[in-house]
Amino acid sequence: MSTPIAPATAKAGSLVSNAERGQVGHLVGGRSTKRGHRRIDPIYYLFLLPTLLLFTLAITLPALIGIFYSFTNFIGFGEWQFIGITNYIAAFSDPAILASYGFTFGFAIVTVVFVNVIAFLLAVGLVSRIRLKSALRAVFVIPMVISGIVIAYVFNFLFSNSLPAAGASTGIPWLQESVLANPNLAWLAIVVVTTWQSVPSVMLIYIAGLLSIPGEVYEAADLDGVNAWSRLRSITLPLVAGYVVINVILGFKNYINAYDVIVGLTNGGPGTSTRSVAMTIFTGFTGGDYAYQMANATIFFIIAILISLLQLRITRGRAAIS
Amino acid sequence: MTQIAAKPLPDSAGPALAVATPTTIRRRGRVGREKTNWTTMVILCLCALTVLLPLYVTVSMSLKSTAQAVDGNAFSLPSPIDFSGFTTAWELTNFPVAFVITALVTAGTVIGTVLLAALASYAIVRNWEHRLFRWSFFYLLATLFIPFTVIALPQIQLTGLVGLANPLGVTILHIMFQLSFSILLFTAFLRSIPLELEESARIDGATTWQTFRQLIFPLLAPMSATVAIFAFLASWNDFMMPSLIIADAAQQTIPVVQNIFQTQFSTNYNVSFASYLMAMAPAIVVYLFTQRWVMEGVTQGAVKG
Repeated sequence: MSTPIAPATAKAGSLVSNAERGQVGHLVGGRSTKRGHRRIDPIYYLFLLPTLLLFTLAITLPALIGIFYSFTNFIGFGEWQFIGITNYIAAFSDPAILASYGFTFGFAIVTVVFVNVIAFLLAVGLVSRIRLKSALRAVFVIPMVISGIVIAYVFNFLFSNSLPAAGASTGIPWLQESVLANPNLAWLAIVVVTTWQSVPSVMLIYIAGLLSIPGEVYEAADLDGVNAWSRLRSITLPLVAGYVVINVILGFKNYINAYDVIVGLTNGGPGTSTRSVAMTIFTGFTGGDYAYQMANATIFFIIAILISLLQLRITRGRAAIS
Repeated sequence: MTQIAAKPLPDSAGPALAVATPTTIRRRGRVGREKTNWTTMVILCLCALTVLLPLYVTVSMSLKSTAQAVDGNAFSLPSPIDFSGFTTAWELTNFPVAFVITALVTAGTVIGTVLLAALASYAIVRNWEHRLFRWSFFYLLATLFIPFTVIALPQIQLTGLVGLANPLGVTILHIMFQLSFSILLFTAFLRSIPLELEESARIDGATTWQTFRQLIFPLLAPMSATVAIFAFLASWNDFMMPSLIIADAAQQTIPVVQNIFQTQFSTNYNVSFASYLMAMAPAIVVYLFTQRWVMEGVTQGAVKG
């Protein structure tokens, strides 16, 4: 398990060599033909095809239909006609859509930073020499298993009732107003709750990363009299850099889809100050903007793909370096 | 994308736990007399409070009387302890119905995900040199890049057209969105199973189906546990898909029915918190019994989304 992240990527990328696979197939799959291709046991198709079919109907088909309608003026029902890229042009200059992208990406960036800093520090703490290690780790993972909407409702109560009540009794004026009612601060509440929920999985990945650092590295540093801060900065951080990259990209991909927590906390308000891209897209079904919001969704899809490609590029690059 | 997931995983204990042993040895070897780092531990315990506090608030609020709950003081202990919040929440959310629907959706998602992903992964790994199977692998990973957000509108439209705007439709979509993560875990694990095992079964005349059923699927058990728990958590806790797909409010799942406390009954905090507690309890209980697989799943398949 001391394998760092990179070789595993190489493994994932190249998978297992064809020669090895071929041999596998030859031995267990069926007979070889003269041309070196073996006959595939038909039951393998039965294993795979239902899944492929269902996946195509449930995922691929809707995606294609959605992209198709994004070039029309379909409102969700009734007649429609092609209108080219009008929807896309309109979307790029729609203040509501631009605002939702601004909010969503700003929120995602801030959350990624919060989550990774907190998760990394907790991971460092949890691999140090402490008592109750497994109990503490078990507690820190709990937020991951709780429904986002439900915990958002709980925090909603804390933000809009308990904190103002505490502000009133202590006489601290800025506490007395609910942050959720403040258009400039409501997004921070969403960052807090999303962070609360997202830290566990990131922390577990950092723990795996920290535990993969060989002990000799630290022994050598101890002999050289390196202090704790330099050890963290010059040894630990560079050695878990791959994990940082993964966590940042995966987290960013998750947070730009934010929905549950926002619905539970602000439902996009006050006004539309915390309306995420997902929420804007979903208005397409109720607001008669189906085709228009599909154009928005397609733009969002392209952004998601670009982020994924960036991720692949970075992780593949790391594999090549080592 | 696949860096962590695709590690060969012969040992069933996950990284977080399996690696604990060498670390302990390392630390002990390095400084034999090293004492517990109390400062770190105290800080960590304080941080743990931020996790536990919202949970404490949920439990304590749910046990208050309506009169005590309205004062907004979330941190006071309930006095007197009053269980009426639970009975009222039970009736208001029509809990038995919502529970059965959510349980069916979740069970369907867990069983469907494990079976479809295990069968597909086995077919893919054993026929990797064949183009159809190799491409299928990458095709089925597509949901790693396509968030539900992007295809939600046409999915709402299509499920409505074919009569699946109901819990069954949500079950199917839940399975589809769990597939890529699950297939990644299964294929990585299958590649680590020694072929000699299968060869001997083949020599004894076992068919492909018998080999899968009697040899491979049992061997996959630890991975199936991880896949099943993540399918359970994703399905049980999901709000977005059921709220958009299920047309009939009377058929909604537990996370979605909580929204009645945001509009009606919004000041009966003991009732709403009793309801929240009933919604989160099953997931927390399952987690407490399956911690190992939950933590493994994250580190091995860190890739979902």
